[in-house]
Amino acid sequence: MKLTLKVWRQKNAHTKGKFVTYPADHVSPDMSFLEMLDVVNEDLIRKGDEPIHFDHDCREGICGSCSLHINGRPHGPKHGTATCQLHMRSFKDGDNIVIEPWRALAFPVIKDLATDRSAFDRIQHAGGYVSINTGGVPDANDILIPKVIADEAFNSATCIGCGACVAACKNASAMLFVSAKVSQMALLPQGQPERYRRVQAMVEQMDKEGFGSCTNTGACEAECPKEISLSNIARMNRDYFTAKLIKEEVHH
Amino acid sequence: MNNLTQTFSSSLGKKLIMALTGLFMCTFLIIHLIGNLQLFKDDGGQSFNSYAYFMTHFAPIKVISYLLYTSIIAHAIYALVLTTKNKKARPVGYAMHNGAANSPWTSRNMGILGTILLVFIVIHMKTFWAEYHWGALPHAKYEVSLSDPQNVNSISLPFDGTEIAHADYVDVNKGVQVIVSKDLYRIVAEAFKQWWYVLLYVISMVALSFHMIHGFSSAFQTLGWNHNKYIPAIKFLGIWVFGVLIPLGFAAMPIYFFFFR
Amino acid sequence: MTLDAKIPEGPLAEKWSKHKFNLKLVNPANKRKYTVIVVGTGLAGASAAASLAELGYNVKAFCFQDSPRRAHSIAAQGGINAAKNYQNDGDSIQRLFYDTIKGGDYRSREGNVYRLAEVSVDIIDQCVAQGVPFAREYGGLLDNRSFGGAQVSRTFYARGQTGQQLLLGAYSALNRQIHAGKVTMYNRHEMMDVVTIDGHAKGIVTRDLVTGKIESHAGHAVLLCTGGYGNVFYLSTNAMGCNVTAAWKAHKRGAYFANPCFTQIHPTCIPVTGDHQSKLTLMSESLRNDGRVWVPKTKELAAKLRKGEIKPASLKEEDRDYFLERKYPSFGNLVPRDVASRNAKEMVDEGRGVGGSGIAVFLDFADAIDRLGEDNVRAKYGNLFDMYQQITDEDPYKQPMRIYPAVHYTMGGLWVDYNLMTTVPGLYALGEANFSDHGANRLGASALMQGLADGYFVIPYTLGDYLATIGPKAVNTDHPAFAETEREVKDRLKQLLSLKGTKTVNEYHRELGLIMWEYCGMARNEEGLTKAKDLIRALRKDFWENAFVSGINEEFNQNLEKAGRVADFLELGELMVDDALNRKESCGGHLRLESQTEEGEAKRDDEKYSYVAAWEYKADNQPETLHKEKLVFENVKLSQRSYK
Repeated sequence: MKLTLKVWRQKNAHTKGKFVTYPADHVSPDMSFLEMLDVVNEDLIRKGDEPIHFDHDCREGICGSCSLHINGRPHGPKHGTATCQLHMRSFKDGDNIVIEPWRALAFPVIKDLATDRSAFDRIQHAGGYVSINTGGVPDANDILIPKVIADEAFNSATCIGCGACVAACKNASAMLFVSAKVSQMALLPQGQPERYRRVQAMVEQMDKEGFGSCTNTGACEAECPKEISLSNIARMNRDYFTAKLIKEEVHH
Repeated sequence: MNNLTQTFSSSLGKKLIMALTGLFMCTFLIIHLIGNLQLFKDDGGQSFNSYAYFMTHFAPIKVISYLLYTSIIAHAIYALVLTTKNKKARPVGYAMHNGAANSPWTSRNMGILGTILLVFIVIHMKTFWAEYHWGALPHAKYEVSLSDPQNVNSISLPFDGTEIAHADYVDVNKGVQVIVSKDLYRIVAEAFKQWWYVLLYVISMVALSFHMIHGFSSAFQTLGWNHNKYIPAIKFLGIWVFGVLIPLGFAAMPIYFFFFR
Repeated sequence: MTLDAKIPEGPLAEKWSKHKFNLKLVNPANKRKYTVIVVGTGLAGASAAASLAELGYNVKAFCFQDSPRRAHSIAAQGGINAAKNYQNDGDSIQRLFYDTIKGGDYRSREGNVYRLAEVSVDIIDQCVAQGVPFAREYGGLLDNRSFGGAQVSRTFYARGQTGQQLLLGAYSALNRQIHAGKVTMYNRHEMMDVVTIDGHAKGIVTRDLVTGKIESHAGHAVLLCTGGYGNVFYLSTNAMGCNVTAAWKAHKRGAYFANPCFTQIHPTCIPVTGDHQSKLTLMSESLRNDGRVWVPKTKELAAKLRKGEIKPASLKEEDRDYFLERKYPSFGNLVPRDVASRNAKEMVDEGRGVGGSGIAVFLDFADAIDRLGEDNVRAKYGNLFDMYQQITDEDPYKQPMRIYPAVHYTMGGLWVDYNLMTTVPGLYALGEANFSDHGANRLGASALMQGLADGYFVIPYTLGDYLATIGPKAVNTDHPAFAETEREVKDRLKQLLSLKGTKTVNEYHRELGLIMWEYCGMARNEEGLTKAKDLIRALRKDFWENAFVSGINEEFNQNLEKAGRVADFLELGELMVDDALNRKESCGGHLRLESQTEEGEAKRDDEKYSYVAAWEYKADNQPETLHKEKLVFENVKLSQRSYK
């Protein structure tokens, strides 16, 4: 296959970027999208040019490092997969492919296609945990959890933190990410003691990071490589309003 | 910042206001449509004019109407605030963005649809609401025969400077009950004879339809009222009642007047 | 220096509790006067950092990823073992201990393994309390499944994403401490070297991967939780960033490297499709419960299959060789990982491999689909089949899967004593980075167990002993050793950046991988290893002359990062070969061709090789010194494995 790539190149956070066009010849349909970029990079290095920088690590769709906006869609055209699991057979010989970084105020570009997603970490710092120390916990089977609840919590917990939800959202909102974490804990008995404190703290941090707000377009759910459901957002809203308007406890 | 201001300045709080005001306006739409069905009555506008009087003078409804005006303004202002904030959240846009691949058109264009609706509401209120309250409105006089209430003689009175919105008395000499009211019906009928006004209405109702198809169920999602058991009912209501039936009902009025009266 | 593993005296079951009592404690008020450096934030690192911070120590944690949550522990699929005996099927700490020792082919320490089995039960409690959503039964209790190498159901799991859920649990505990200000987190920072003062580890030098800034960090102790070195093989199931650099730098600063040649090769991976391949994807070995492994009987048929002239399904039963069932009638397709892997390679080497490249064997579900129905097969393996189809574009319901072994885990690592301290005082190694618990072969679902055991339940006790000994005197980076180490780091970076030859770093990495796979992989012999040693030396020399490294240091430079890591792999590779040369026995995952039974099976040599080979670094391009830690078995009887 022969392809033409239009890639966003930006030296660092402080310089302006631009699109540069590269030919990608000798592309095999069996390659993953990132392997195709590897090949392009090898050529660039040999020519003395700077390789295209992008985040990637596990290449099996679980670490959430890869984050390419391909032809107008986060993680490209395939449903329910991360960029690293997108194969070139999803494209046709002669295709033009536009590759951009995630675009959001809260995800500044570090270089080329790599962005700084530490905002997600900071939201988790604010409350994405159960406040227990190591040791001194009850036996694992002391608390019964109905299978449906455990499964639902698991569905929320599968989020890989890639940021595709933010990238897809026309408002660059992080609601799907935040709500997935809030939901996991809100569903499980272990999360109950801090349930209402957690949701307030995490939403507050989310707002501070400069993400947009949710307008329920559903783009996040449609582009999420782990197919995290919008119902998480409803659950988070419910908990947030309950915390703010009904429960007496106040988050400090 | 106290808890309440903090709540409503958060992104979720702002959305809560959008959802609550939106849903309140939805309930108003139902009342408004049912009331306006009086326009289809062939009684020279008597019931419609009485209805208009009732809606503007019955105290509890007046209170609600002020709530409604507040809702419209709050909904618009918060929409503007949120949209501005959302635009700021992505300072550099995508060169290529395929929104159609992941979300319905309506959901991505609530701002445009809402703007159309706001413009519509302003024109609509200028033509009818403002005229009714402060305009040089003609009066209609209905003489209802006391012996045969079906026999009504309606007379148009030109504007004579009186501010009387409504009068109701019995003329014993003539043997009729006389009802005099501001003739909003005539204003409506005249407005709906102008092709551009009809067109504005129809376009706006299309916008309303799209706004409702996303907005109604979206409000429930924002409120966190999503239960698998009643989500289908909310979706159904949002699409078929608020997205189709109500806009169709409203659009039918100017079309009816333009073509059939 | 003689190696003292510091295994406590006394009966096996009492060693750990007695040891815990004998360890010195740090006064709670003094804990905040200590700083502990944790490198790596996978299961071992995140759990250690969080637990130590909870105790009151100040922790500085480092990871090269953009977030601690992305460490490669996240990719573990299958599950985590624990001797809970929730299933009432005869499990016990003793049994988990025994299975692990036996699974490791008697090349691990009794004391360590017993402790691992002992704390395994606490790990599950801890994770559940954190909100890890393990699989449950309808009654609300935790579910278990069985895994290779065990006859009981003791594996806890969260669908096929157990590693992810456990890591997110540890990450959440870490986040809590970051929020509390007890952990300072450094993302996108790579450890470039360990700083030692008077022989004690007192800090590290890091490179900020975004700005290129070289920074010194001082601490009272340094914990390396930096994972394994499987990427020395270029293609492995490891993440692209996994590397040996931290461990290797520690090694060069005096930490012995133990059993480097012990690597695990997983039999059911998706085969390589071409030169462009950057990594391999593993599929759970549970597939072998219902799939049948075969290749064509003859080379001619295999050649036709490869060319696509005939279809696999059209091959008659008598033309197929179900080689595992033929050679191991009692275990069949369920032989241990190493046996399955070795036999697959043998078939490919004979020229009977399948797939376009000929480097694969079939794993066929046609019989299972006939027997159970497609729906039942889908219910059991649906997600794996989907993954396979996504990567290969072949429908495993219609045609047999192609599988081939791939490097998956490294049992070798930095030598540590019972306290997890390396031969450098104050320098610890946890998780896959150390060598201690898995011997010559790791059982499935044991890696997660070990990482978390080390981090949550071992280091919080053992570290205190050392810290109490050295005292809470403040540490800082003023000591000349920091400046000196920084200078060395900068020199090395400069040297790398001055390479303006013709070959890319990736090409060297790929070549090294091929050498390692060919000569130091599943089966090895003296001749091949000797050859490999020369090849690696030549390749390393060539690297420092002809490699090309692009860009500058003061920027985000992924090419430079990779160059540094490959340079270290080029050194490690030779040590692995040395270790493999030294160990003239077959054991665990490795067949030493000179050491086979008459039936052609692996033959262990307990008399000569029942020891841990710990290598001491001397100087560049000089042979390393071998130290032997004798393995003493008081509680298990050594036996030769047989799966016939």
